[in-house]
Amino acid sequence: MSDRTIRVLIAKPGLDGHDRGAKVIARALRDAGMEVIYTGLRQTPEQIVAAAVQEDVDVLGMSILSGAHNTLFPKVTALLKEQGVDDVLVFGGGVIPDEDIPFLKGHGIEAIFTPGTSTEDVIAYIQNNLKR
Amino acid sequence: MADLREQFAAWSAKVQKGLEKHKERKEVFLSGGGAEVKRLYTPEDIAGIDYLTDIGFPGQYPYTRGVQTTMYRGRLWTMRQYAGFATAEESNKRYKFLIEQGSKGLSVAFDLPTQIGYDSDHHLSEGEVGKVGVAIDSLKDMETLFDGIPLDKVSTSMTINAPAAVLLAMYIAVAEKQGVTPDQLRGTIQNDILKEYIARGTYIFPPSPSMRLITNVFEYCSKEVPQWNTISISGYHIREAGSSAVQEVAFTLANGIAYVEAAIAAGLEVDDFAPRLSFFFNSHNDLLEEVAKFRAARKLWAEIMRDRFGAKNPKSQALKFHTQTAGCTLTAQQPDNNIVRVTIQTLAAVMGGTQSLHTNSRDEALALPTEESVRIALRTQQIVAYESGVADTVDPLAGSYYVESLTAQIIEGAKAYIERIDQLGGAPKAIERGYIQQEIMDSAYHYQKSIESKERIVVGVNQFQIEEEPPKGLLRVDPAVEVMQKSKIAELKAQRDSQKVAELLKALREACNSDENLMPYILEAVRAYATLGEICQVMRDEFGEYVAAAML
Repeated sequence: MSDRTIRVLIAKPGLDGHDRGAKVIARALRDAGMEVIYTGLRQTPEQIVAAAVQEDVDVLGMSILSGAHNTLFPKVTALLKEQGVDDVLVFGGGVIPDEDIPFLKGHGIEAIFTPGTSTEDVIAYIQNNLKR
Repeated sequence: MADLREQFAAWSAKVQKGLEKHKERKEVFLSGGGAEVKRLYTPEDIAGIDYLTDIGFPGQYPYTRGVQTTMYRGRLWTMRQYAGFATAEESNKRYKFLIEQGSKGLSVAFDLPTQIGYDSDHHLSEGEVGKVGVAIDSLKDMETLFDGIPLDKVSTSMTINAPAAVLLAMYIAVAEKQGVTPDQLRGTIQNDILKEYIARGTYIFPPSPSMRLITNVFEYCSKEVPQWNTISISGYHIREAGSSAVQEVAFTLANGIAYVEAAIAAGLEVDDFAPRLSFFFNSHNDLLEEVAKFRAARKLWAEIMRDRFGAKNPKSQALKFHTQTAGCTLTAQQPDNNIVRVTIQTLAAVMGGTQSLHTNSRDEALALPTEESVRIALRTQQIVAYESGVADTVDPLAGSYYVESLTAQIIEGAKAYIERIDQLGGAPKAIERGYIQQEIMDSAYHYQKSIESKERIVVGVNQFQIEEEPPKGLLRVDPAVEVMQKSKIAELKAQRDSQKVAELLKALREACNSDENLMPYILEAVRAYATLGEICQVMRDEFGEYVAAAML
């Protein structure tokens, strides 16, 4: 890991309007010295991937509390692959049942943080798992 | 009082000495809402409060002690469980189950596409159909949803905001088919767009046409659906987004002020619509602070309505509210502990004088609740109602030095916020500038930090953890629901008189560009089985769409 600032995109895919968690994480990452871009609500997978590419981020974190994670998270990772992006660390968070986690990991969402996760754990995870 | 002061000082000095040996558990004690809590409250803390003018009697101005004279001695609060998922058929079954279990009112949860005005076959609906509520695409689905439920016998609350006028029209149309006239209908639509911009996110149109739709509903219902609560001004989601108790009261009432102002500006008389305004608050963990919060909200609203808007009808001054226990306090860890949290929150809502209550289920931090969890949640209310004794006297905590002092403190804090919002030009302007969102975000962040620093203990999360097996038997929505809804729409469009639908949508489009009330046009379109998505698309075309600024 170099000394340059870690760039993170925090995104809200789908129609879910609950972004307390996304914003708290974004702010904690910023306080930890990362550069954080937040997409705001209701982003399509296409918009999220375009933002990730354009902002040249190292990390993409997505949050869904509506239950649409199995549809939308894999769509984002598939689009990233299509664009030839393979060095962005992708993680997800929200109300996600444990039994869905293996499926999501199989689709390139490398970590899933569920309710009760400390922001320090997320920060440490990012610092230890960067791909570039 | 001089005597008291003297003895209190002597007592404090003694305590101070003792503290040198045995420190208190914390340097500073903070309430759930982040306010500093003193060691002891005495008559001195309520010396500025006058019983007759500040507290008074239940059912009378300023309504601090409650909006009805006998409160739960007359009739218990309405136990109303928010429910809805998958298809109208599935949800209809859950409603019948709830009614069998003793639930007295229905509360409909819609899925996100419905809440944002997209049909199930819209590309943005992918993955969301039937997930957080029931999918309603047309009057057909609504007929199924209430099949076998007599709409003149139940009261129904619908959590619907941007397209509230459309869903209300569907409800009226279903009632017509049952032979029930609109004047017999009782219930509530949330219809509170301002908190969507602030905290909940299911907006469609920009503020100005949204406010028009809301005042159109006020006007229409005051004539045609007189028993209907035309708005539920919601602090619930503001609190869920992380606000403090004071902020919840302040921002909710500031939104309330904006709706009253909009309706008056549209030419309505305050006492014609204000009796049908209702509120919706959160019941969080800090029992005594929450009770004080409900009391504070009632008194402050009564003052605002009487003094700011000159409302004369007592019903315009009395703040009636629904409560839901705080979803954000539920933990995914040791989920059975949530039953206890919900019990505390239930006590707060009841001792705070709520008119109706939803109790959350223990598994909601994990998934949608199962039937068993919902039953426990409802039983929690029934135990508080029938076994705890707290419902047997009105406003049982009045006169507590702490609760009265807290009530006054919350009123004062909320007034200061409302003044600040007035200076910014009112709630819509304050939202546009991001002021309200920023204040909430700051509170949410501090709350999270206080958990991580263990200043706040959350049992099972940052203390008293155990190794747990992943929970089993969670409710899942079948992905086939999306496919089914899509085919239902295709079938409907093949069967209905689409020529007529097109004409009615054209009439609605023209009405959007006039200053006519839109409700009759929406109702006509709904009756002809225009879909929710078609109706909202017409309004999207004419009104435009709101785009929120992404703020951290």
